[in-house]
Amino acid sequence: MRSHARIGFVLLLTPLVLWLGLLIIIPHIDMLLISLRERISFGVYEPSLAQYQKALTEPLYLRTFWRTAVMSVLATAITLVIAFPVAYYIAKMARGRLQQVLFMLCLIPFYVSELVRTFGWMILLRETGLISNLLQWAGLADQPVEMLYNDAAMMVGLVYTSMLFMVVPLVTTLESLDDSVVEAGYDLGGGGISVLREIIIPHAMPGIVSGCIVVFMLSLGNYLTPTMLGGKDSLWFTEMIYNQFIVRSNWELGATFGFMLLVLSSVIVWGMLRLTGRTLQETMG
Amino acid sequence: MKKTMLATTCLAILGLAQTATADTLRLLTWGGYAPDDVVEMFEEQTGHTVEVTKSNNEEMIAKLRATGGGGFDLAQPSQDRIMGPQMEFGIYKPIDVSKLDESLFIPSMLAATMANTTVNGVVYGVPHVWGTSGLVMNTAEAGDVVKDYTDLCDPALAGKVSYRLKRPTLIGFAFALGEDPFAAYDDEAKYKEIMEKVEAKLTECKSNVKTYWSGGDELMNLMRSGEVVASMAWDTGGWKLNDDNADITFVAPASGALGWIDTFVLPAKGQADDAAYDWINFVMQPKIAAMITASAGNFTASAGAEEHAEEALKAKYQASFPIEAIDNIKWYPPVPAGLEAIEGDVLDRVQAAN
Amino acid sequence: MTPDLECVDLVKRFGATTAVDNVSFCVPPGSFFSILGPSGCGKTTIMRMIAGFLEPTSGDIRIKGGTVLDTPPNKRPVNMVFQHLALFPMMTIADNIGYGLRRKGMARDQIARKVDEALERIGLPGIGARKVDELSGGQKQRVAIARCMVLEPDVLLLDEPLGALDLKLREHMKIELKALQAEFDTTFVYITHDQSEALVMSDQIAVMNAGRFEQVGTGQDLYYRPQTPFVAGFIGEANRWKGRIERVEGAMLEMRTETGLAMRATGSGTLSKGDAAEIFVRPESIHLAASDAALSDFDNRLQGKVTSILFNGAASRVLVEDDAGETLEVTLPQTGEFASMERGATVHIGWRAAQAICFGGGD
Repeated sequence: MRSHARIGFVLLLTPLVLWLGLLIIIPHIDMLLISLRERISFGVYEPSLAQYQKALTEPLYLRTFWRTAVMSVLATAITLVIAFPVAYYIAKMARGRLQQVLFMLCLIPFYVSELVRTFGWMILLRETGLISNLLQWAGLADQPVEMLYNDAAMMVGLVYTSMLFMVVPLVTTLESLDDSVVEAGYDLGGGGISVLREIIIPHAMPGIVSGCIVVFMLSLGNYLTPTMLGGKDSLWFTEMIYNQFIVRSNWELGATFGFMLLVLSSVIVWGMLRLTGRTLQETMG
Repeated sequence: MKKTMLATTCLAILGLAQTATADTLRLLTWGGYAPDDVVEMFEEQTGHTVEVTKSNNEEMIAKLRATGGGGFDLAQPSQDRIMGPQMEFGIYKPIDVSKLDESLFIPSMLAATMANTTVNGVVYGVPHVWGTSGLVMNTAEAGDVVKDYTDLCDPALAGKVSYRLKRPTLIGFAFALGEDPFAAYDDEAKYKEIMEKVEAKLTECKSNVKTYWSGGDELMNLMRSGEVVASMAWDTGGWKLNDDNADITFVAPASGALGWIDTFVLPAKGQADDAAYDWINFVMQPKIAAMITASAGNFTASAGAEEHAEEALKAKYQASFPIEAIDNIKWYPPVPAGLEAIEGDVLDRVQAAN
Repeated sequence: MTPDLECVDLVKRFGATTAVDNVSFCVPPGSFFSILGPSGCGKTTIMRMIAGFLEPTSGDIRIKGGTVLDTPPNKRPVNMVFQHLALFPMMTIADNIGYGLRRKGMARDQIARKVDEALERIGLPGIGARKVDELSGGQKQRVAIARCMVLEPDVLLLDEPLGALDLKLREHMKIELKALQAEFDTTFVYITHDQSEALVMSDQIAVMNAGRFEQVGTGQDLYYRPQTPFVAGFIGEANRWKGRIERVEGAMLEMRTETGLAMRATGSGTLSKGDAAEIFVRPESIHLAASDAALSDFDNRLQGKVTSILFNGAASRVLVEDDAGETLEVTLPQTGEFASMERGATVHIGWRAAQAICFGGGD
């Protein structure tokens, strides 16, 4: 009986171990090894820290690295600010069918691929696009307006892509907030802002933290949106990784960049958890 | 238990038996090089099945490098991308020209490609499709201003031009600046110097550019909508746009269009060489080659295929390439290792420049 | 004296349904006022209108004589203890109690003193640093009240706050709530569907049904002098008979029940011969006797068989089936006289017309 249970346990665990081992741990170890070597000549490599030295001393790489980090944090913050009222409305104010419909509306953009969504934004924002034409038609602009290929367009794309991943955890936590707790906040003399600050936000904290972590990771790792909407000045770290791996065939530097990104995201997630005084278990469980 | 074993064995034997007569050809190629009707005809005639994966030069090499030359049975990188990667990573296997019907190829092109893809006396590639890149522009709006690549930086066209941030742009600008980068391929210091010049020009030019395009469709959209009036692009793109708007077409720049030849190569761990040779011999037949020209928009190295090509395409080609322009085409020689690192740094710096 | 809370012609409609239908009442200062009614009768709607979470369709709500209709909930001198208490789970007990004071902008040390004082008063000193989920049900109850009381509201609203507690604790909290009210000397308005909660604690009770107040009065008034059949049926237990009036002599009536019995009862005076009517008789108003002769001074007398003895200590009952086949509930006096009574025994029962109340209608 006991041994049966053991076999069952092992069988249940096997896919997880395989998945972790084959798809996550082994490739990462391989990447780490690649990042720690230097090409000497055709097919000859030597262990070295040259890649890290290059990555950390070349201003362009560093600039892109920090820019990506700061922009991702900004995108996360904007997503939170926009998603919170939306989630609050869905969770607390909308009822029955309306609630479902609103939730579906958040979900529908994700029925199509990210590429199509990004193209959608390009159609709207481009010089000969919908918004430009509307502005001219309304007399607000006397010539075509180019809204694509800048940081703002990229931010719009990032926020749009991340929206759902912020709304879902927020709706889930906000739904568990008893209406009467909010009413009690008002009843005892609280105004809208103090009820939000002292009651609603503390209650929603697990949702806020997990939503922020997911959105931050998605933004940091996004490739399509920055390249397509960001235009000629868009510098995104993933783009540099792609370039090193695919265009330059420089896997060593690419792997180094990949590890820098891994460290950066780990540090920022850790910082976020520290800041809010939560543990990863609380947030993800 | 026994029964399933038996069934599995039977299936395995059947599977083996089938591979002996008909293979699955895993083809790593460009969009348009293996149109559905050609694939269907080939499968019908030979019994092989074809799995097509569409890609581009960089991704083809990256894919083959990641698997050490496995996963595909036939690939089609440009001829200048064969020597370097082969020396570096050994991702191709020698091609046995005797298994090909040499009479199907234009002799000069076959000889040139074979020479360019020879490593240590062994041939790795044969030509398939060729074409050029140069200027695609709206002649009505930019025809008077743009004669060469560097004219894209003319302030008159500010915000209305586009090019890729890739190596063809560096090479094109180098020629337009009066340099010969190909001649400097073996002289790293000289090449670096040329690239620095190009970098300065491209940095200066950056404010003129609307966006750096990265996909053919993206550029087509920009040109078609009129948001971009002049750009650096492939000849086929210009000819396709010409169908929609007679003002837009491909123009060979004064310093010369850049000529490329996409080849057939056998990945090192390919498992269906016979099918690969069958495919090459099949698609090089003049009639089939004409079908590929119709689909890809570019001419092939197939001898006699031109006769079967559409008249309209031929007319466009002749309009874009007067005799002297053809002679002026700069064919890419094989890229020596190390140059791409120089180019990469230049491209990075241009992208980061303000 | 100005009442602490006054509602005048209060009406609330939700679409086509009228949840509160023209309700008026006054609550004098320092009293314990209950609104008692079955679920869905509109009592919670009244409560939420007083607290400010709902706006009345028409009518006025006055606190200490002044209307509060234009005052938002966070400014009303009214606080509410919610059904599930609604303590803030993200805060400590001290922060919960101090929440309202912080909103008033009171100084930190003053808040701390007030919180300690309040904890002292509810008999839970020193628990300020604890988390909400570390408290028992009864302790939470007291904290919820303290959280409101530190704000010294004119009126404290309590929305079935005992509903979530188990029976034993509920019995205990009834007494404690009354004591707390005396301690704080504040007007309590208490909503419940449990008549025993209302009867035990209240100075005044309003019985509510289908959006209207049926009767407002003390517990005794409602119990002994119900003014409507609903109140008679809702408060306490009652045996009922339906029938038609046969005779009217002043306040005294005689009704023929549907099963053919003639019964004498006291009526409200608006009934006349031939009207449909209903008689209510409480089990404790009915006397048991071994012989008919012992009941000679009762207006109504019946004979029947004991079908069941429901022993429940002081509240024991017997079920008696009369000759017409109807079952009556009769209180079993614990004087020892009927200690040997068994099922199937023949008994005589009787009651006075003054304790049988007759209302019109009943069909």
